[in-house]
Amino acid sequence: MTRLRRIFVMPAAILMLVTIAVPAGIIGVYSVLSRGAYGGVELPWTLENYGRLIDPLYGGIFVRSFALAAAATALCVALGFPLALFIARAGARKNLYLSLVILPFWTSFLIRLYAWMFLLRDTGLINTVLQSLGVIREPLPLLYNDGAVLLGLVYGFLPFAVLPIYATLERLDKSLLEAAADLGARPIAVLTRVTVPLCAPGIAAAAILVFVPSLGTYITSDLLGGSKTILIGNLVQNQFTTARDWPFGAAVSIVLMMVAVALMFAVRRRGEELL
Amino acid sequence: MQDILELRGLSKQFATHRAVHDVSLAIERGAFFSLLGPSGCGKTTTLRLIAGFESPTAGEIWLKGSRIDALPPFRRNVNTVFQSYALFPHLTVLGNVEFGLRHAPAADAGQRVRRVLEQVQMWDKQSRQPSELSGGERQRVALARALVLAPEVLLLDEPLSALDPQLRKQVRAEMKALQRKTGVTFLFVTHDQEEALALSDRIAVMRGGEIEQAGTPEELYRKPRTRFVASFLGEMNWVDAVGIRPECLRVSSDPVLNGRAGRIAQATFLGPHRHLTIRLESGEVVTAQTAAGIVFDDGEAVRVSWDPADELRFLS
Repeated sequence: MTRLRRIFVMPAAILMLVTIAVPAGIIGVYSVLSRGAYGGVELPWTLENYGRLIDPLYGGIFVRSFALAAAATALCVALGFPLALFIARAGARKNLYLSLVILPFWTSFLIRLYAWMFLLRDTGLINTVLQSLGVIREPLPLLYNDGAVLLGLVYGFLPFAVLPIYATLERLDKSLLEAAADLGARPIAVLTRVTVPLCAPGIAAAAILVFVPSLGTYITSDLLGGSKTILIGNLVQNQFTTARDWPFGAAVSIVLMMVAVALMFAVRRRGEELL
Repeated sequence: MQDILELRGLSKQFATHRAVHDVSLAIERGAFFSLLGPSGCGKTTTLRLIAGFESPTAGEIWLKGSRIDALPPFRRNVNTVFQSYALFPHLTVLGNVEFGLRHAPAADAGQRVRRVLEQVQMWDKQSRQPSELSGGERQRVALARALVLAPEVLLLDEPLSALDPQLRKQVRAEMKALQRKTGVTFLFVTHDQEEALALSDRIAVMRGGEIEQAGTPEELYRKPRTRFVASFLGEMNWVDAVGIRPECLRVSSDPVLNGRAGRIAQATFLGPHRHLTIRLESGEVVTAQTAAGIVFDDGEAVRVSWDPADELRFLS
């Protein structure tokens, strides 16, 4: 039995090792080397790359990235929970609604972000319509700001919040909800005192699934945030391309990874305490 | 005694089947009343209609003189003990028992919680999680959680079926004692006729969504109105379309006696009595219960007789 299990796990384990563990190891090594003159890395070993992160300039980028990721997470959970609840109680239409949630994945995320740019830019659909209706005279600054990035993150990651919450709601023992109503709880109290607490593992999973990729987002902030919104992901990209400072880019990546892993453990611990 | 709960012409039609049809019942205050029937007979649906989890397609439900069938569950002064107990897994024993009091604040809430937890002997285990409790303890917490709200009627949906058989008899006795002590009206749903007979002041036997007969356990056993009730409560022999209880049969090995001839197919010693399976010459197989002192051998020729006064006749 254990041998069969080992064989089953092997392909995925090898793939993870080659595509995640090995590159992460290389990044780790790069982060303690020195910068090469034309990109790349050179000896000697140094910890200076990590020291540079203390600079308030980078601190600010970290704080802003965290704030945006936290806001995107909060919004995704706040919007995703009612949607998941709706789907879980939709009876026969459940599968239809679930496929609608997943439908956007059929188109490349990049193309969908470009679509948002066409909607949001000064000469985009929203501004044109509002101007022709006489609601506004000057176009609203909808694109190239934190708000646009937040919108893009929420739009992109909402399905990742809906699905795990839906999964826990779906498994929820219906007799617990009946018991709460039977004991005098109105529908809103049933929701806050039974449904939401029992859904905590799903909400925690949703939060991780949204927060971690939001924190490292690069393409959303690059396209919708313009040059003004630099987040951690863009910082890393810049170091490896224009700035040609691979060791520093690697150091930023490592810190980002550590934070993500630490958060996941913290949330899982809390989740286990709750149940 | 005054009726606390009354069902008038209650019906529930689901999309595919008729679960409850024209059920009328009156339940006395303080009674232990059972709805008894095989699975799918509509007893649980009847209970859910009273609790408010389902709404009737026709008929009325009256609780303590007011009509409640249009009220949502949280407005009905009845509480339910669920078959699975449905204890909240994220709350302790105490949290479960206090759950309903949040919605019906009472000045003496603390005392009531303590009294009811002591009544079910769970006061010491008040800070346990439901997952740390045995089946019997969960059942007691479910009872406490409902009883602390002092319901007019406590609805119990097969609350003993999740327990193992050895525990069931003990819990049964505890439950009956608790009902007597608290004086709360119990409406108990079960498919177990022995359970219903042992516990109830009155029983309504249900079949196919309708009430077949309602009465005291003794009435139902001694004077069943239909073949179904006669067969469902206790054992019944059918000879020439006449019903006769096993304990009413007289079995003798004396061949000159009057009676029907037969042979012992199986004799089982059960301690205080013997259980006999007899194949009559006319083809029927009957069971009889006799005193343990009289010994029969398998295959022995016997005469079976009974007092005609013990015969139960039904219109077919």
